Amino acid sequence: MMPIEATNQRQATHAARLTGAEIVWATLEGEGVREVFGYPGGAILPIYDALRKFPIRHILVRHEQGGTHMADGYARASGRVGVMMATSGPGATNLVTGLATAMLDSIPIVCITGQVSSKFLGTDAFQEVDITGITLPITKHNYLVTRAEEIAPAIREAFLIARSGRPGPVLVDITKDAQQAIADFDFDAAIPGEQRKHPMLRVEEEAVTNAVEMILAAKRPVILSGHGVLEARASDQLRTLAERLQIPVATTLLGLGGFPASHELSLGMMGMHGESWVNESIQQADLLIACGMRFDDRVTGSLATYAPKAKKIHIEIDPAEINKNVAVDVALIGDLREVLEQLLPRLAPRSAKKDGSAWLRSIRALKGTASVRDIQNLPDNGHLYAAHVINDIWHATGGKAIIVTDVGQHQMWEAQYYKHDEPRSLITSGGLGTMGFALPAAIGAKVACPEKEVWVIAGDGGFQMTSPELATIAQEGLDINIAIINNGFLGMVRQWQQLIYDGNYACSPILSPDFVKLAGAFGIDGATVTNRPEVLPTIARARTSGRAFLIEFQVEKEDGVYPMIAPGAALHEMIRRPDPLIETTSDV
Amino acid sequence: MLHTFVALVEDKPGVLTRVASLFRRLNINITSLTVGHSERPDVSRMTIVADAPAGAAHRVRASLYKLDNVLEVDDIGQFSCVVRELALIKVAATTKTRSNVFELAEVFRARIVDLAPESLMLEITGVSSKVEGLIQVLTEGENKILEISRTGRMVMRRGQHTSRVLDAMRIPEPEQVIPLLEETHGEISGGDVDLELIAEEPNNPT
Ligand SMILES: Cc1ncc(C[n+]2csc(CCOP(=O)(O)OP(=O)(O)O)c2C)c(N)n1
Repeated sequence: MMPIEATNQRQATHAARLTGAEIVWATLEGEGVREVFGYPGGAILPIYDALRKFPIRHILVRHEQGGTHMADGYARASGRVGVMMATSGPGATNLVTGLATAMLDSIPIVCITGQVSSKFLGTDAFQEVDITGITLPITKHNYLVTRAEEIAPAIREAFLIARSGRPGPVLVDITKDAQQAIADFDFDAAIPGEQRKHPMLRVEEEAVTNAVEMILAAKRPVILSGHGVLEARASDQLRTLAERLQIPVATTLLGLGGFPASHELSLGMMGMHGESWVNESIQQADLLIACGMRFDDRVTGSLATYAPKAKKIHIEIDPAEINKNVAVDVALIGDLREVLEQLLPRLAPRSAKKDGSAWLRSIRALKGTASVRDIQNLPDNGHLYAAHVINDIWHATGGKAIIVTDVGQHQMWEAQYYKHDEPRSLITSGGLGTMGFALPAAIGAKVACPEKEVWVIAGDGGFQMTSPELATIAQEGLDINIAIINNGFLGMVRQWQQLIYDGNYACSPILSPDFVKLAGAFGIDGATVTNRPEVLPTIARARTSGRAFLIEFQVEKEDGVYPMIAPGAALHEMIRRPDPLIETTSDV
Repeated sequence: MLHTFVALVEDKPGVLTRVASLFRRLNINITSLTVGHSERPDVSRMTIVADAPAGAAHRVRASLYKLDNVLEVDDIGQFSCVVRELALIKVAATTKTRSNVFELAEVFRARIVDLAPESLMLEITGVSSKVEGLIQVLTEGENKILEISRTGRMVMRRGQHTSRVLDAMRIPEPEQVIPLLEETHGEISGGDVDLELIAEEPNNPT
């Protein structure tokens, strides 16, 4: 969290009698919140009415789902808790997708909803919906608050729960009468009871000793680096571990950036669309050190054949993840950074051989043959490929931008072709795979980090799911660059239909509006790119325009993401980029 | 297999839903659930018997702890404990056929807690299999069972455990031959007899 500043307003509201609505804002202010996303309505109007008394910026969204993704992108970019507000009924139900997205990716957001007055609860009153019931399985915790006195403690506890342990979304539903009632407000007294530590969070001495022995004995170790590395701010410790023992690092989609992609020990992304050498290394490894990741099915492929030769050490903050999918030999249940700091002093540096260990050499050999298929190595054949576009965005931004992707093929190409060296430089919906995430999440990222360059990379399908948020960009005057990878299809669906459903493209061709004209309608500039030589100059135009800019890249329609592991197949059974493409387009 | 969890939870609205919802999400069937006050104010005690694969206990316990209102969870499965279930059974019986039921009640140490011209009500406390035994002989007998109400299992670990069971669990259990829970309900009124008697109250039908 940001340090709490003792502003005048804060002093004024300290230990005062306020309305519940004022208490909401005063508590948020006390928690260090400066920006909230939201959309008003009847049951939350008292809160909106009180906003003018507080120095908090409210960003009016165009759809509450977008608002939750903004709060989410805000949190992912900055590490601070994102806040979204909505009214009761339809406002509240529109939060569901965003809450689930944040839940599955462990993102700390707090959603505040208005609710009908407590005397109407359970009567099917106008715009009444049981939002705490609906969101039970997709929030880390939620509250129904019916009294003004309970507001400050509930919100403070919500912030604590959202960011502690394994982070996640929390919803606070406040009845209208609680917003209107008057109560004593004392921010400091509303301090939440000490957050209970999960009693199963314990790093056993014996487990540490075992882990150290296993790491020192391993001949073919691989570190699996997950989202937990970012959440625990453990990048430095992870890097020390990798460098000290010369262990290569494979990354999950959400872990990208946790270990520098340009590092010589970086293998890249693992799993369904991971490069072949990454998955091969995992299959051949004799030790996996899993750091803050949960062995998702997209990462392991078939469990029966997953890393059969490897012992497994799992360092993880959520005890419920241990042995859930993959049985591990040693579990170190705790904060990743603390656990790594416990391990590191016991691991003496291994002198790096000039050309690396036999293990590193054999991985390099794997890489050598695989990269020939890399589309980036193919000469320009007049076709525009998404991979080229993303690679050029990487070059142009020096890898320093925050990239926010949507879900689909472009998301995987982004993961393959944009090299993330910094934590929190990639924002993407991994667990839920929520199309429509990118544009609003990018707004959240830009609001949280105005000094950073922010790029949206979205497909033509997903972009259309939340495109009204262009109006939010225009209204807030945000400088966000948008790259739409238009292939005329719901590309990832088309690819599965091609490979698994006999090429029956049922309902995956998709018509799009003229995206540049659409942007123009919101007063946002744009350009269309259809060939490779235009890519870099147009990216440069967007970057230097000083305001939002949309580029529609019309790319190869039936290109596929390779390699690919079919769902349920083993990690080493990869579908490779079909050879004909290589033959017809190059002579490498 | 059956797992037994004892959870101490905050006594607040909605907590039962949160716990039940967790089991639903994990696709685990709750076989029985008893909830009531514990020795601590504002804390309820839940005994949850659930049918889940052998390896599921760790995950269930870890997931229960993730619920904010759950204070403590004990996976009773592997420990020595006292298991009780209470049942009320209403049986059709006239003045003429009552004596038959009285006899059975005697054997099972059940109590008669209500007498009506056409029926009588039995109260039985014990391990589940004892309750089942009584139900079975009643079913096989001439007197029709009209109603059964069972509480489901209540469980408490033997020995000096305070409710801070987790602290206790960190201390290695004394080496003792632990009669497993599963074994305990294999018998109707066997090895558990002494404690059973201690648990019995004077017979005072009301
Ligand atoms: C809300 C939602 N609906 C459906 C899906 C299933 N889905 C996954 S990828 C995809 C296609 C995405 O197409 P597009 O946005 O054009 O991106 P591309 O794959 O072409 O890069 C679909 C429909 C999803 N992930 N999210």
